[in-house]
Amino acid sequence: MDHHQQGHAVPVLNNAVPVRHPGRWISAIVIVGVLALMVQSVITNHNFRWDVVGTYILDVKVVQGVGWTLLLTVASMVIAIVLAILLAVMRQSDNPVLRYTSWVWVWFFRGTPVYTQLVFWGLIAVLYPKISAGVPFGPELFSLDTSTVITALVAAILGLGLNESAYLAEIFRAGLKSVDKGQTEAAEALGMGKGKIMWRIILPQAMRIIVPPTGNETIGMLKTTSLVLAVPFTLDLTFATNALANRIYLPVPLLIVAAIWYLVITSLLMVGQRYIEAYYGKGVDTNLAPAVINPAAAKASAAVAPSAEAEPSLKMDFPEDEAK
Amino acid sequence: MTITTQKPLVRIEGLHKYFGPHHVLRGIDLTVNQGEVSVVIGPSGSGKSTMLRCVNLLETISAGRISVGDQLIGYREVNGRLHDLKVKEIAAQRREIGMVFQRFNLFPHKTALYNVMEAPVQVKGKAKGIAKKQALELLDRVGLADRANHYPAQLSGGQQQRVAIARALAMEPELMLFDEPTSALDPELVGDVLNVMKDLAKSGMTMIVVTHEIGFAREVGDTLTFMDGGVVVESGDPREIIANPQHARTKEFLSRVL
Repeated sequence: MDHHQQGHAVPVLNNAVPVRHPGRWISAIVIVGVLALMVQSVITNHNFRWDVVGTYILDVKVVQGVGWTLLLTVASMVIAIVLAILLAVMRQSDNPVLRYTSWVWVWFFRGTPVYTQLVFWGLIAVLYPKISAGVPFGPELFSLDTSTVITALVAAILGLGLNESAYLAEIFRAGLKSVDKGQTEAAEALGMGKGKIMWRIILPQAMRIIVPPTGNETIGMLKTTSLVLAVPFTLDLTFATNALANRIYLPVPLLIVAAIWYLVITSLLMVGQRYIEAYYGKGVDTNLAPAVINPAAAKASAAVAPSAEAEPSLKMDFPEDEAK
Repeated sequence: MTITTQKPLVRIEGLHKYFGPHHVLRGIDLTVNQGEVSVVIGPSGSGKSTMLRCVNLLETISAGRISVGDQLIGYREVNGRLHDLKVKEIAAQRREIGMVFQRFNLFPHKTALYNVMEAPVQVKGKAKGIAKKQALELLDRVGLADRANHYPAQLSGGQQQRVAIARALAMEPELMLFDEPTSALDPELVGDVLNVMKDLAKSGMTMIVVTHEIGFAREVGDTLTFMDGGVVVESGDPREIIANPQHARTKEFLSRVL
């Protein structure tokens, strides 16, 4: 410790008596007591039928339901994220048609219930029996049966994804706006093109702001997938457990089965989110102790450089460096 | 310092700039010869930063012309009419012009090394190995070889600004613009940045420096321009102007900053 090099004696640490906090102890004891009572009641209450929970937690239908629910969540979020980036960039465009299109999209998909949208996607084959492409008022190029293209699964994913894209577009827009304008200017001054500035400079910084609410939305989506019976799509976790419950007349244990699975998936998503946040937080959020540098490598690189230039003061480093 | 050639590199002619109803630049003329250091001073709001930002089109040009080398900045002239350049063409012009900002504007998600490597690799398409070697050389030139793997948040202001200079130099520009490069720094960190700029001037780089550092103007500047109210009030040899300003406004300004 450099501070003490001039002084002779090691200082006597103050070692003060800390303030006591009896309130903390009392509240902790109350909470632990209540928690113990609740756990005991849940375990011992026969109405919960933990034996049935145990029987069905790894039932084939249930595990398949978990798979379908995950597929719906991931697929619809991927569609929503791609659309949201597009919508957020359109919203900043100089082209007013793009700006208004983005605005109307968000207005419509955010302003109508997702349940209604899912019903409409389910009915699309009734509304438009054939999908065809052709020149307006001219010849038809190709034509397909809607019901073969928009299956119940596709309808569910589109319904969830398009609805979610409206919410995510606003999150992405906020993220993009949070990046300092100087970043764009610095990149422009280096001669970078618009696309490179967005992908390499702005978006990676915006992700710091975008990831936490997007994680929130993903967890929300996990449970919103239970609405796909509106399409109707009938293989997801909620539908599967409800079907089993109706068959054996025991709704409570199967609700618990579904809840356990939703909790497990949410927990896994939260772990994933932590890693994503750490990735995009590098240089800003991460512990900013000076990066570990291999001194040999630093010397080697210095040796490569031309030494003819007058050497600016290498040793004029700021005091934080000396503290360690 | 020494003027190697008398060939003009930058020509600003009759430059006007409006921000809405505000007439910020009112007819600026400025010529910078190859290898010269042109220092621009003036009170805040005098338009000196705006003028500098027009040179690489961070601000659009309301009236007048700027040329760097044989390139007309921002426009193509066809049959006496000006046509706006495409975004890509503007980007190409900016590659020849380095810029250093008051607030550094380093990319916070990239280390010093990757800040310097970014444009050569992404814009010029240089191989990563070559770009890295050159970036390390540049960082060494600004005295920061041992900070290559630090993120901007781990560097002091003066260190960040020196990385920013290295980043601009990595594109091998023919002209460097400095927009109050030391105004955001603690006084004891200003010297390191000015030293790097002095070395750069000695190496023959053409520079336009907007600054409040009168000492730098006197020591390094080949010309000094004093701006006020969107016009050039006085321009000439820095030592003469500082010792013996001709206009009352120049005199008043210098008396306050010296």
